[in-house]
Amino acid sequence: MEPTRQALREELLYDKTNKCVQCGYCLPVCPTYTTFGKETHSPRGRINLVKMVGEGRISDLSVLEEPFDLCLGCRACETACPTGVEYGAILEATRAAIVRRKRFTVPVRLLRKAMLKKVFPSRKLMNLAGHSMWLYEKSGLQTALRRSGVAEKLPYNLGAFEAIVPRAVSPGERGSAAAHVRSRKEKKYTVAFFTGCIMDAMFHRINRLSIQLLAEAGCDVLVVPNQTCCGALHAHAGEMEEARELAKRNIEAFEASQADFVVNNAGGCGAMLVEYGHLLAEDDAWRERAAAFSAKSRDISQILAECGVPQLAPRANERVTYQRSCHMTNVQKVTREPVELIKSIPGIQYIEMEQAEMCCGSAGIYNIVHYDASMQILDEKMKQAKKTDASVIITTNPGCLLQMKLGVEREGLSGSVRVLHLVEYLAEAAGITASSDK
Amino acid sequence: MNWKALTADHLTEIKSIVATGRVLTDESDRYSYSFDGSFGTFLPDVVIQTKSVQELAALVKLANREKIPVYPRGQSTSLSGGPLPVKGGMVFDLSVMNDVLEIHEEDLVAVVSPGVLTAEIHKAAEQKGLMYPPDPSSSHVSTIGGNLAENSGGPRGLKYGVTKDYVIGLEVITPEGEIIQTGGRTVKNVTGYDLTKLIVGSEGTLGIITKAVLRLIPKPQQTATLMAIFDSLVDAGSAISKILSSGILPSKMELLDQASMTAVEQYEPLGLPVDAAALILIELDGHPLALREEAQQAAELSRAVGAREVRIAKDKKEEAELWRARKLVSPAIVRIKPTKISEDATVPRSKIPEMCERLQAIRERYGIHLVVFGHAGDGNLHPNIICDKSDPDEMRRVEQAVAEIFKAAVELGGTLSGEHGIGTMKAPFMEMELGACGLDMMKRIKQAWDPNQIMNPGKIFPEPGQKLELS
Ligand SMILES: Cc1cc2nc3c(=O)[nH]c(=O)nc-3n(C[C@H](O)[C@H](O)[C@H](O)COP(=O)(O)OP(=O)(O)OC[C@H]3O[C@@H](n4cnc5c(N)ncnc54)[C@H](O)[C@@H]3O)c2cc1C
Ligand code: SF4
Ligand code: SF4
Repeated sequence: MEPTRQALREELLYDKTNKCVQCGYCLPVCPTYTTFGKETHSPRGRINLVKMVGEGRISDLSVLEEPFDLCLGCRACETACPTGVEYGAILEATRAAIVRRKRFTVPVRLLRKAMLKKVFPSRKLMNLAGHSMWLYEKSGLQTALRRSGVAEKLPYNLGAFEAIVPRAVSPGERGSAAAHVRSRKEKKYTVAFFTGCIMDAMFHRINRLSIQLLAEAGCDVLVVPNQTCCGALHAHAGEMEEARELAKRNIEAFEASQADFVVNNAGGCGAMLVEYGHLLAEDDAWRERAAAFSAKSRDISQILAECGVPQLAPRANERVTYQRSCHMTNVQKVTREPVELIKSIPGIQYIEMEQAEMCCGSAGIYNIVHYDASMQILDEKMKQAKKTDASVIITTNPGCLLQMKLGVEREGLSGSVRVLHLVEYLAEAAGITASSDK
Repeated sequence: MNWKALTADHLTEIKSIVATGRVLTDESDRYSYSFDGSFGTFLPDVVIQTKSVQELAALVKLANREKIPVYPRGQSTSLSGGPLPVKGGMVFDLSVMNDVLEIHEEDLVAVVSPGVLTAEIHKAAEQKGLMYPPDPSSSHVSTIGGNLAENSGGPRGLKYGVTKDYVIGLEVITPEGEIIQTGGRTVKNVTGYDLTKLIVGSEGTLGIITKAVLRLIPKPQQTATLMAIFDSLVDAGSAISKILSSGILPSKMELLDQASMTAVEQYEPLGLPVDAAALILIELDGHPLALREEAQQAAELSRAVGAREVRIAKDKKEEAELWRARKLVSPAIVRIKPTKISEDATVPRSKIPEMCERLQAIRERYGIHLVVFGHAGDGNLHPNIICDKSDPDEMRRVEQAVAEIFKAAVELGGTLSGEHGIGTMKAPFMEMELGACGLDMMKRIKQAWDPNQIMNPGKIFPEPGQKLELS
């Protein structure tokens, strides 16, 4: 075999595609296949395209671009696959290979660089984004924008999201977040809280509630100062080096805390954190530290289910359904605890959606960069959500939270259906309020 | 045969015919329709998706006039190369025709369009207390159209037969682009030749199925499951024959040999007896009172021929646990080596022990990793060869071993395929089973139906000198 093809095979993790026996068991669970209805957008199809490159039948990687661009990275296919094909790894390697060869137009290149390298990893800038959101609301600009109809004309369909972004937190309050919150009862664990970048910027309130819930449940909670973005968005965009850098920074920051667990409340970030071990497996200096970090990573629902949330007040006959975060289901494999927690609230009626495992189409920034595709997937999701007749939809990831809110808005259900993060709902039932609620 | 390549003019005409669907020509799309669950990659010139029978018929007319090959395709889970576009041309993705799924309780029939997934038919029938018995392991991915074309079977084939036993009527586009009806909605129908049965199992070489009427039966009230463990493969084979000749008709009877058990245990420890030579899993269905007795009887019969242990499931949960072993065989064995050649040579039930011995001899002679499992109750063993397609030397030994397996099956009075079809993979062996005249009669039927040989060419019938090639 000529050396370039050999190199390409290694770059694309061709050997991992050999495990795929083309049985098609992954087709029915793949949201892009079931929505767009083409083998080109199925896991089996995508894996085959990589095989074709490895076998020298396709030489131009741009043939792979659209199929891999439109993959949500939800990894439902991995969970369905009987032979254990590591689709996630193949996806990341292929995207990275495509990105390496691609010449983005200047504005796109600058935007990618600015967002991925500067904004997400920077606490300052993400805070600033959070502040501007707050300012934007308080200044009356929001109302003006909504009235003027300008929102609809924003680029990337950002107008669609305008209506659903949460109420922001004031800069003063954001600055006042404590770095150490003590357990409210006998201490079970010391946990370090992973704040996340988008989570902290847009859902600061949920982070505060999370910390309070953890303290109520018997945890000393540390908010480690030097933590940064988890790197998921970078890895999914094919910027692997950047993702590894961020991972190292986080590992370093959290090691210092000596906590029993690193707890997060964002399914997508959590999935990245449990994969640091894989991400740095080739790096001799970091391999073990990364594996140890991943072993300590937990979703908040796991800790709360184990420690027990105290005194949940009965809800008056609320019908609740749960939109699972794909990454929590398929990567972290956390599926039982959130449902247990929801069901532990007295008086609620829990209704599981049909095709509960199907992605909602949010997938990082997929819903922004592939707006139309994402909305098609969301529409399928909303059909199932509506069938449950639920008055509350629970999610466990910021992206899913926004997406489901958008879905509810699109269906004209915002008057009758609330979309909440699990933490918000538990806090509500436990009578906990964040200071910004007062 | 001289098939024609697709030209730009053809494409323009195709696009003018397909008003309601999609015409795919991008390289990424064409490659995505170039494979199935078996071997080989063949690039189609164009892939067409449409729900309209009229549009499809018009496309077939065009293909027939211009001598362009046409390949019907369901979800491409075929293990024999059935939907591969081996001569280029047009692939019709019929999985998009999934709109019709009617259950007519009073007639005990289901009317379906070809793209409906088989598992959806199971679900819909069960909701009405009925059952559609054919249950290929791939039923949650494969289409009924693909099942009909391959005449698919499954574990329940032992008691209930295969797909052809449940089809009473079809709508078909002929290779000349005409739309015809065969059979109907009555269980009894003896008008003329039975074209329905001819189309079922024809692997897409005689036409495109666009609608089917399926027979349903009342759903059995309950099931019972037992697992019998043996120290010799031959004893396990005898137990199967003994039980079947005792008047009990299990709904499923599945065999796992030692290699399969070991693979499963390494994959996910279930507490299988890896020191034993084989186990059989038996499922009975029917009235609860009868079931209890039959399960006892089957257990005693197994012990009498040397089973060292028999486990009877006490409830649904234990049933599922016992069946888990069978479910995990396929995923477990591909962890050993990446390439899996799944054969489905079938022998008369009485010859199961002898076939098992022959397979053991083949395994040793060619030094290959061969595991045996499958629907032993109906003689449909699945000898699976686990190998690595990047090792040409090993693949050559595998090719020889496969040929020997077919030879053994045919010599024992069996057949090349119990359910997976012939496709491209088994075509070279057809004459061995059918004889030259037998095969020629089939060819004449094909010639009469499809004078221009445009419908799924390269399947079933070997080309002169065609050999099995895996490397
Ligand atoms: C893991 C696994 C397990 C399996 N288990 C079983 C099993 O237990 N029993 C069994 O019998 N098979 C089994 N199979 C084989 C396969 O699933 C069946 O042959 C199935 O019927 C194929 O259906 P499909 O929709 O994928 O058809 P495809 O693979 O797309 O096509 C199969 C054949 O049907 C033709 N065809 C498809 N649709 C039509 C139509 N509408 N009109 C005319 N021709 C058409 C194609 O040209 C081709 O020749 C298994 C396969 C896998 C991968
Ligand atoms: S990751 Fe999700 S969208 Fe992508 S191929 Fe797998 S199932 Fe489909
Ligand atoms: S389920 Fe796994 S082996 Fe089967 S086609 Fe999908 S990726 Fe390949």
